Amino acid sequence: MLKVRVIPCLDVKDGRIVKGINFVDLTDAGDPVEVARKYDSDGADELCFLDIAASQENRGTILNLASQTAETCFMPLTIGGGIRNNDDVEMLLRAGADKVSFNTAAVANPEVVSTAANRFGNQCIVVAIDAKAVDDGKWEIFTHGGRRSTGIDAIYFAREMERRGAGEILLTGIDTDGTKTGFNLELTRSVSSHVGIPVIASGGVGNLQHLVDGIIKGGASAVLAASIFHFGEHTIKEAKQHMAAAGIPVRIT
Amino acid sequence: MTSVIVDYGSGNLHSVEKSFRKMANKLGADNILLTSCPERVANAERIILPGVGAFAACRDSLSRSGLFEAVEHATIRRGVPFLGICVGMQLLATVGLEHGHTPGFDWIPGQVEPVQPNDRKLKIPHMGWNELGPSLHHPLFHGLPPVTDVYFVHSYHFVPKDPAAAIAWTDYSGPIVAAVARDNICGVQFHPEKSQIAGLGIVGNFLSWRP
Repeated sequence: MLKVRVIPCLDVKDGRIVKGINFVDLTDAGDPVEVARKYDSDGADELCFLDIAASQENRGTILNLASQTAETCFMPLTIGGGIRNNDDVEMLLRAGADKVSFNTAAVANPEVVSTAANRFGNQCIVVAIDAKAVDDGKWEIFTHGGRRSTGIDAIYFAREMERRGAGEILLTGIDTDGTKTGFNLELTRSVSSHVGIPVIASGGVGNLQHLVDGIIKGGASAVLAASIFHFGEHTIKEAKQHMAAAGIPVRIT
Repeated sequence: MTSVIVDYGSGNLHSVEKSFRKMANKLGADNILLTSCPERVANAERIILPGVGAFAACRDSLSRSGLFEAVEHATIRRGVPFLGICVGMQLLATVGLEHGHTPGFDWIPGQVEPVQPNDRKLKIPHMGWNELGPSLHHPLFHGLPPVTDVYFVHSYHFVPKDPAAAIAWTDYSGPIVAAVARDNICGVQFHPEKSQIAGLGIVGNFLSWRP
């Protein structure tokens, strides 16, 4: 049976982890490679790096990071942040990423997703959708870290991305992101039930039950979380044990 | 001994290369060479054919680069051990139905069809960790624990004419062939290079396989 994936995410800036990290057993808890290795040995199913200050000038840093991580972690690695075109995708894949995540560029020009999927295959193209509830029971896409409204309906857009060849949707509810109150389950369920590709739930995990809810109530195929793992509140293993106890198939290592 | 990873411009070869280098070092065994040179492929002592993307596109770039014949020469004429990964495994089939009707190597008769789980609500691609079964007797699986999860990501799957060609299966609301083998040839639908310890074990087993 296919296992539900638990994906720790690291926000990275200039090659360092942004959010504070609380691993006492690491010599350098700000080093993404070292933390990636820890998650690897804890049984994470995939890893995700988000380059939050990606720019042309610091592109080399994230490429280095991808390469060093691929050196020691033999698991799927997704990298997002500032990816605009096939050149960006190719550089990251060559450095060691297995998937890349489009965000703002896909909203600005959906064609980039089609061309990347045609060239590199659907399996390595993730589209990250950040959505917020708007008045009439709908969800709208926001870009630039949730600051810029686009007027685009999230469900319409998710379907469009699937049609264009995205292999997966990374869905973040902006309303809940950072609140520790759990995923936006309605949003997750709506998007997941309208697309045939896997949806990764993201944004707002504060406890292990939230992970369970994202799968059972939200219908997600995978869950992504940052803080609860970084701050040492819970290990990946604990998360999986909790999910297994709720009847969710997970990979126990 | 040189084990060659065939580089025909198909996606991310980096993690394949890293995993084989790691295990080759550990075993003190083969040199690992990533190459797009047909001559080197034809003379290799071991062939690894990765592949991501679509069947038709992979077959096309193998043919255009002259690597199709080189792989065939090494594997069939010289009989060296061959491992296909993901689309590299699917290419063993007679024909692939992704983006048209494309002939494969036809070393293991069968065709590559869309994954269609009985439960139509299940997502495509079949993406994530899934269990190998039912019993893993092939040398490729030597030393693996009885319950082994490996990482899959694919929307098409290999349906061999003779089910006995399958040496491992997985379940996605219906059976999916996870690995096939015949003589000096084997192929895995999943990604050993992304399957952590179990995957590295399979990589090591292939490098020490003497069919």
